[in-house]
Amino acid sequence: MKRFADLFTALDRTTRTLAKTAALTAYFEEAPDADRLWTIALLSGRRPKRTVNATRLSEWAAEVAGLPMWLFQASYDVVGDLAETIHLVLPDAEAAPDRSLSEWIADIRALAAQPEPDRKAWILRSWTELDGAERFVFNKLITGGFRVGVSQKLMTRALSRATGVEEAELAHRLMGNWTPETTSYAALITAPDPEADLSRPYPFCLAYGLEGGPAELGPAEDWIAEWKWDGIRGQLILRGGQHHLWSRGEELMTDRFPEFARAADFLPDGTVLDGEILAWDAETRRPMGFSALQTRIGRKTVSRKVLAEAPVILRTYDLLEEDGADLRALPFAERRARFVALIAALPPEAPVALSPVVDFAAWDTLAPIRETARAAQAEGLMLKRKTAPYHVGRKKGDWWKWKLDPLTIDAVMVYAQAGHGRRANLYTDFTFAVWKGEELVPFTKAYSGLTDAEFRRITHWVRRNTLARFGPVRQVPPEHVFEIGFEGIQKSTRHKSGVALRFPRMLRWRDDKPVAEANTHADLLQMLEQYG
Amino acid sequence: MVLEFRDEGIYCPAGRFHIDPWRPVDRALVTHGHADHAYEGHRHYLATHAAAPVMRHRLGEIDLEGVAYGEVRDIHGVRVSFHPAGHVPGSAQIRIEHRGEVWVVSGDYKTTPDGLSEPWEPVRCDAFITECTFGLPVFDWLTDAELAAQIDDWWRANRATGRHSAIGAYALGKAQRVMTMVDASIGPILTHGAVENTNAVLRRQGVALPDTIRMTPETDLKAHPGALVVAPPSALAGPWLRRFGPVSTAIASGWMALRGVRRRRAADRGFVVSDHADWAGLNMAVRETGAERVFATHGYTAVFRQWLEEQGYDAQIVSTEYGDELLETEEAEV
Repeated sequence: MKRFADLFTALDRTTRTLAKTAALTAYFEEAPDADRLWTIALLSGRRPKRTVNATRLSEWAAEVAGLPMWLFQASYDVVGDLAETIHLVLPDAEAAPDRSLSEWIADIRALAAQPEPDRKAWILRSWTELDGAERFVFNKLITGGFRVGVSQKLMTRALSRATGVEEAELAHRLMGNWTPETTSYAALITAPDPEADLSRPYPFCLAYGLEGGPAELGPAEDWIAEWKWDGIRGQLILRGGQHHLWSRGEELMTDRFPEFARAADFLPDGTVLDGEILAWDAETRRPMGFSALQTRIGRKTVSRKVLAEAPVILRTYDLLEEDGADLRALPFAERRARFVALIAALPPEAPVALSPVVDFAAWDTLAPIRETARAAQAEGLMLKRKTAPYHVGRKKGDWWKWKLDPLTIDAVMVYAQAGHGRRANLYTDFTFAVWKGEELVPFTKAYSGLTDAEFRRITHWVRRNTLARFGPVRQVPPEHVFEIGFEGIQKSTRHKSGVALRFPRMLRWRDDKPVAEANTHADLLQMLEQYG
Repeated sequence: MVLEFRDEGIYCPAGRFHIDPWRPVDRALVTHGHADHAYEGHRHYLATHAAAPVMRHRLGEIDLEGVAYGEVRDIHGVRVSFHPAGHVPGSAQIRIEHRGEVWVVSGDYKTTPDGLSEPWEPVRCDAFITECTFGLPVFDWLTDAELAAQIDDWWRANRATGRHSAIGAYALGKAQRVMTMVDASIGPILTHGAVENTNAVLRRQGVALPDTIRMTPETDLKAHPGALVVAPPSALAGPWLRRFGPVSTAIASGWMALRGVRRRRAADRGFVVSDHADWAGLNMAVRETGAERVFATHGYTAVFRQWLEEQGYDAQIVSTEYGDELLETEEAEV
């Protein structure tokens, strides 16, 4: 594990991409195959299953450290990471012989079959045998959360350098359903069998946000505009008589959206579509809004009732494979013509529909169209270059999202709570309120949007202006106004204010604005009326 | 009550003086020269001889009287004395005795010696007002020797690859501690102006520091390859650092014990160098005072109070306007 812990330390210590790539490349060149495979898995989010639950681990660590549970919990609240908290409170370890990453993981996986006293004994012994970064990494493995600040792209690049396999090809090989238990390093990286995994998706092509206007993108006739839908990005795969639905986060969502079982009735085998999953009103042929789709998110099994109330479709905006052939190198206009031919004539009961082109003659006529996005139940526009291939990952230049400006409201800060992890010693989580007569009604929380310097300033103020404490939450006097930006507003029975916001964040600290001039509850209700 | 907690600071009604007040008062007893304890605007200051030069340097022409460690002063029938706190050179805990009852205000303190500050001494008392900046069991400092080895290794490795090593450390205390801790034979030590000004004050009062070179716009960096650059943390984030070319950055702070905070600072390295007591140090200090009543001030007060109560102390929280180490190290200091 020492080699892997050293890699982890090297990656954690630097913010330079070059240094990270170099450390990873060196690791991939030297490590044994089994460790390489597990490292690729860990860095692409494929963690070993948790075999000990977090509560037990916390109890055992507190017991070893001689701490009452509430104090362990208070420490965890500040540190924000269970693996790190355990590591920090445990006494120093004694040295023990080194064992490889894959050996440790094999032992951790074997825990699942053991009775709890044995598990506990093994964990406690391991804590005495691993020190420093190794113990922290071990805790990360047993708690199942492993994030190292290395993107999959960076990992793929290093692997490409170490193996000589081209980066885009590797990115594709690393997609899909594999785990270190179901494959080997050779089968995954050096000699893959393309037929082995029919569910394997293509890496998603991602867009950058457009800063400023589109005029700098060159002639308008080189571009296609589409609505940017507010749903879930999905890749629908029809191969070998089966269908698979993948999320952008490489999560297999097939069972969650049974509607797509019917896709094979309408589309030929060997088809892969990219599009947006939306809750869909078949009568009006319009999306139902994100609140409807939310009833479908996070549900593993879907009841008949939910299925009837919020049926989904895939609004298709790209075709990656046709008749089993990879089309990604074709120009977008060509791919588009092909999927229009596939989908345009499908009957309304098909679970796929076309994401239409937004026609425009020149850039300056497109701007006012974008302003109508909310009425079209979109978040803005997507701009795609007609000649562009379907890129691997995020690449600047050919795909742009041109989102609407957020809705805004000026609100008064009323409660503050300290953050954790990166923000352990700063007040960063705030509750905001609007006026209802003389009363301030809380309506949203927001955590992000301020600079570090602003967070330090507000932290300084919160510490000196606490009216009351409710556990970790501090009530503060209503003295500061913030402009809150959000993407949508919905009616809510769970909140006293009667509304719930989508993606609320702080856009600006309105130092210039007196508290009395913050917005009112009536303003919120009017926004609900208009945009809800 | 020997001491009261007022809006302007901690007050002794019998002695008619304040301790580390944050609003202007008539008579202020000051534990040490950090800006969140030694405020400007008081009519009369009392501090240790060793703390006095830095306070004069920072606060200008003030009416400041010096006192030796352990020397007892009678102020309106109240016996007052200053005792080493081990936080920075000149830092003190203040002992107040009135009608046989003894209270101690800890100021900021560190229980382990660092070879620079006068080593902390326990002071027996009935009531102890203690900071608890790092009052959580996750804070467990390494020894100075271990820390020095870490910093030396980093410096050496950078020097070997043709890079400067820039370390952010608070100008009073932490900066001097870093430069005395490292192996000065590795290379030259360059200092930011704010650090060197404090160095000059401390050297004049007899504090032994290694040789340093003040950075000015004219300094020829090529003449000092692989130097260790000691600067306030704020300077590492600004344009000041750009002239160094290839440079590795580090922050010296107790907060660097937390990975999240370390990552937020986006420096290459975070060394866990603190001039406050860690969890074990705080507990040891409270125990050694023999106090039955304990007041927790700045830091993780709620947690530390509850912990002390469970250990059988009469523990309370006091709100003060003393900063914490993070704000100290992150705020600009010129």
